[in-house]
Amino acid sequence: MKPAAFSYHRARDVDGASELLSQLGGDAKLVAGGQSLVPMMNFRLARPRHLVDIARLDELSHITPDGAGLRIGALTTHHTVETAKARLGGGFAVLSDAMSWVGHVPIRSMGTVGGSLAHADATAEWCLLAVLLDATVTVRGPDRAERTIDAADLFLGFYTTTVEPDEILTEVIFPRPAPHAALTEFAQRHGDFATVAAAVDLDLDGGTVRGGRVALGGVAPVPVRVSAAEEVLRRGGPAGPELFAECATAAASAIDPPADADGSAEYRTNLARTLVTRACEEAAHR
Amino acid sequence: MSTTVPHNPEPRFDVDGTWVGASVPRREDPRLVTGRGRFVDDITLPRMAHAQFVRSTVASGAVEEIDLTGTRDTPGVIAAFTAADLGLGDITAVLERPPSEFVPTDMPVLARDRVRFVGEPLAIVIAEDPYTAEDGVEAARVSYRSEQAVVSDEQALAEDAPLVHDNAPNNTLLDVSMFATDGIDDVFADADCVVRVDARSSRQNALPLETRGVVASWDDREEQLVVQTCTQVPHQVRTVLARSLRRDERAVRVVVPDMGGGFGQKCVVGREEIAAAAAALRLQRPVKWIEDRKDALSAAFLAREQHYDARAAFDADGRILALDVDIVCDMGAYSCYPFSAGIEPLMASSEMPGVYRVPAYRVRGRAVTTNKAPSAPYRGVSRPQHVMVMERLFERASRELGMDPVEIRRRNVITTFPYTGVNGVTYDPGTYLESLDLCEQLVRDEGWYDRKRELAREGRVLGVGYCCFNERTGYATEAFAKRKMTAVPGFDISEVRMDTTGAVVVTSGTLSHGQSHETTLAQIVATRLGLDPARVKLHQGDTDRVTYGWGTFASRSATIGGSAVSLAADRLVEKLLHIGAHMLETRPDNVELHDGGVRQRDDHGQTLSYAAIADTAYLRAERLPKDTDPGLTATASFDPPGDGTFANATHAVVAELHPGTGRVEILRYLCVEDCGIVINPQVVEGQCRGGIAQGIAGALYERISYDEQGEPSCASFIDYKVPTAGEIPDVEIHHLETPSDLTENGAKGVGEGGTIGAPAAVLNAVNDALRPTGIELDTTPIAPETVQRALEESS
Amino acid sequence: MTDQYLVTLTVNGEDHELLVTARRTLVDALRHDLHLTGTHVGCEHGVCGACTILVDGAPARACLMFAVQAEGRDLRTVESLGSPDSPNDLQRAFSEHHALQCGFCTPGFLMLAEGFLASRPRATKAEIREAVSANLCRCTGYQTIVEAVDDCASRRRCAPDTTEGEATPEPGQNDTPRPA
Repeated sequence: MKPAAFSYHRARDVDGASELLSQLGGDAKLVAGGQSLVPMMNFRLARPRHLVDIARLDELSHITPDGAGLRIGALTTHHTVETAKARLGGGFAVLSDAMSWVGHVPIRSMGTVGGSLAHADATAEWCLLAVLLDATVTVRGPDRAERTIDAADLFLGFYTTTVEPDEILTEVIFPRPAPHAALTEFAQRHGDFATVAAAVDLDLDGGTVRGGRVALGGVAPVPVRVSAAEEVLRRGGPAGPELFAECATAAASAIDPPADADGSAEYRTNLARTLVTRACEEAAHR
Repeated sequence: MSTTVPHNPEPRFDVDGTWVGASVPRREDPRLVTGRGRFVDDITLPRMAHAQFVRSTVASGAVEEIDLTGTRDTPGVIAAFTAADLGLGDITAVLERPPSEFVPTDMPVLARDRVRFVGEPLAIVIAEDPYTAEDGVEAARVSYRSEQAVVSDEQALAEDAPLVHDNAPNNTLLDVSMFATDGIDDVFADADCVVRVDARSSRQNALPLETRGVVASWDDREEQLVVQTCTQVPHQVRTVLARSLRRDERAVRVVVPDMGGGFGQKCVVGREEIAAAAAALRLQRPVKWIEDRKDALSAAFLAREQHYDARAAFDADGRILALDVDIVCDMGAYSCYPFSAGIEPLMASSEMPGVYRVPAYRVRGRAVTTNKAPSAPYRGVSRPQHVMVMERLFERASRELGMDPVEIRRRNVITTFPYTGVNGVTYDPGTYLESLDLCEQLVRDEGWYDRKRELAREGRVLGVGYCCFNERTGYATEAFAKRKMTAVPGFDISEVRMDTTGAVVVTSGTLSHGQSHETTLAQIVATRLGLDPARVKLHQGDTDRVTYGWGTFASRSATIGGSAVSLAADRLVEKLLHIGAHMLETRPDNVELHDGGVRQRDDHGQTLSYAAIADTAYLRAERLPKDTDPGLTATASFDPPGDGTFANATHAVVAELHPGTGRVEILRYLCVEDCGIVINPQVVEGQCRGGIAQGIAGALYERISYDEQGEPSCASFIDYKVPTAGEIPDVEIHHLETPSDLTENGAKGVGEGGTIGAPAAVLNAVNDALRPTGIELDTTPIAPETVQRALEESS
Repeated sequence: MTDQYLVTLTVNGEDHELLVTARRTLVDALRHDLHLTGTHVGCEHGVCGACTILVDGAPARACLMFAVQAEGRDLRTVESLGSPDSPNDLQRAFSEHHALQCGFCTPGFLMLAEGFLASRPRATKAEIREAVSANLCRCTGYQTIVEAVDDCASRRRCAPDTTEGEATPEPGQNDTPRPA
């Protein structure tokens, strides 16, 4: 389990990284925390000819309140977000809390927000949170060209995004606070990739739900918003078991999850129901 | 008979000078907690090259061509060898049984004309470093004529099944009907209650955290091949190396450094160790092979895939009348050496009745061969499975008869000893009933039955499960000979040697790889000699230092190895007393050991230190008694009499099932165990807890499956779910202590018990929780989905 | 692609210059180039944690980092703790609680716990268990590992000179090390 040979390039700044990507062409890969890429390289499932190390780009490691929203630099580690709860305030506490679901302590201390989004695992917490909270990501291409991609348009399929090979994901922007949001998961073993993950963001008015968003991971090749469940929330009602159960049932009926060794489609559907209910409850209690 | 051993954190050195029974701090720890252990991969030799293997990518097929041109052209690659290049003898395990009962199969060191499982080694690639070795492996081109793979026991036994080995009809390597009580069918026909359990357990990997590995080199001065390898059985590896390489055993030295666990996977001879040694000889360079995790998960020895079809007959009072079992073990592609493919079915056939008085017994045990990685012993060997089946039978009978599940066991456990069972095995005294009673009492006192009822009202689903079992821990030569192996393990040999300073070196044919022998065997010797254990140093795992031995497996080390060590120490004591008496100019019966020396019984002022005696024995031999050889060494061997000794335990599990996810959460784990005299309580508890964790892993988490093409499902730790601290509960352990009369130190062995008891206890707890649903689960591991569906269906 | 890179690794406070290929993992460089064999290799895909070391004070998998990436980082391995004659308090706790059997996973658990306790000195036992779940042990059943770490944490809290500072990473600004 030794990786195939490659050349190593260390970027000085984003522009430099961008230049390296342009020069090296399609055989180059960015590496930051390496928590997803390096295992695949050790199995020789990924074999980039060039590795561009962007771990030192301090400019991409930040958590910046931006008006009502929040900008998080791509190189911010999961651990940094996890421990920034006080700084994030109630509006974004969901991000900190969700980090406890990301792997384990050593993974969280090395793994980065941008790396997770770019890797695009369908059950990854950041992917789910981005889709749930209508985040946008900023990417930088050759010649300092910058563009933003809505989370809804970011994920194409299993481990595939609309970020081009010569682009660098630099930042994720959460446009608005989500004081009543929660993410929950189920994996048979602690710290594993979720079999199913659910995240809910409620629009709460006192004890009344006036709308909200529901996202699921592990039920499709990409994290998905479940409009049928959101429709239940939009119709609204008292924040309580009845509404949450209805929301969860709507979510469960709307999905057609894949089957694998961790569970059949039916099981994943049942998990989605359980987890959406749980996420609603947690979100309402914030 | 039974006493509870208090946990004693401080070493005890009382008037008898005994260290046995104390949690003496581990001798192994200082180097291991500082990263100064020496594991195989820590060894570097000058000019050392690195090996990796070209492995089969198909499960079954003829090998048409192995093209190593690209491999040999790969930068960094030194050489690449196929079976034809090395010409090594095969590895063959034999049982002396008629062809209708056993078919020996040859396991080539490197596959020749056909491959039998995905991951089977075809060629060894030697390179300057492990990276280029892997490049070389990648560059190999192998063409196969792929054939239909046999991937299940049913498929193996089907009439028109393809044959994995041409000489093994019906893909059956072993088919033994060990017992069949006359008239058993009538017993079933007339019984008040007959219950049946159809149970399956999945293929598991014993999974030592240190993968297998070897450093092989030629020593010109010693004219010896030196193989440093992580094996539980160094002498057996030496035998196979010598045979396969056609050399004298003297010319092969097997040395085992620190070893990161074995659990049985390393108690058989691996093909890779032989191939790496052959390559080292060929190249006249040291060769290191470290198995990577991908290969360890798919191509190392696996275990435990078994299918039981079991029936038991009971009378109306819940007394078992008869047991009828058909056992099929899927042993994969080859017989392992030295145990053979018979290891699992023969163990299950012999031990199945367990702690219960079973009057009539019929059993058929089969080993079938399939296109999967071969099986080796794994901690507990079959007993985690057949105990689970037995305990499920009792649970089911208790339901049929409307009887309490503990009460039905109580009525059936053996209570008078020695007891000779229907399986011909004589059981030495144990605490089967006492452990069961105590365990149930603990569960009751903690209020679990009440809580289960109360929480049920809140919709929570709890269950309580028990497992009462025994384990033969001193498997003697006589007992293993009944299996008809041609290499019969059993005895152990120990040498105890005192130097001129009075310090002691002791050898043992057992081999610690986590079991703390450096501590516990030193405790035994220190107690016999009245010495501080710090002055006793153990040597194991070196075929040049240790006369002979069978290594460590089957919970044999404390019982057999510990007894040999005790006897050797006693012989040294005799010699010390003899020389001491002579030096004190008194009668031999007028001296005794005292405080690291010898003193005169009738005059305590007359003393001699061991160093003084040793000085005479070595440096002033002219002063020795005339009939006495110089030096202070003593050798002894030990082989348990008859059927050996049996440890026992009862485990209790309280589990909660989570309806929304199907998660099984263990809320409480209690263990009441009896391993005879406890040498070191902390070590015993460590063995229990670690064993239980592995048993839970088998019950709930770990499984290697194969698709129809014979491709294994587990390439990584993402797929093979070794449980973490997040899954394994704390375990409370209570000790009962029934000294064994059959071992020299009263110990019974404890290495495997935890693993044996846990699956049944967990499964019974889950089934107890599922009781309102009417659904019973008898297949391990129990997936959350299965639990979720069971709860869903009933609601 | 088989270019060698000259890198300086700072391990246990000492600088080491070494020549590595880009693909050489940090754990291989530590073990086989610097001969610091206390850090072990169990899976090479970041799950088992046998190779856990401290990178700028935080526990990290040394199998998921290339040696070239580690330049300028403060690396700490088990060899930086105590010696057999004078183990540190965490090592002593592991021994006292019988938190190791074969000892293969132990250096990884020790470094995991060192890093975790440094940043979370007041961690509860449940939080310690959660942190400990990052690594695999096949021998102990974990209970004694959790107890050892918890015991060490309580003793450190009682000790007067408890420092609660968390090492903050100091990313360098180096360029690609030069191919040699």
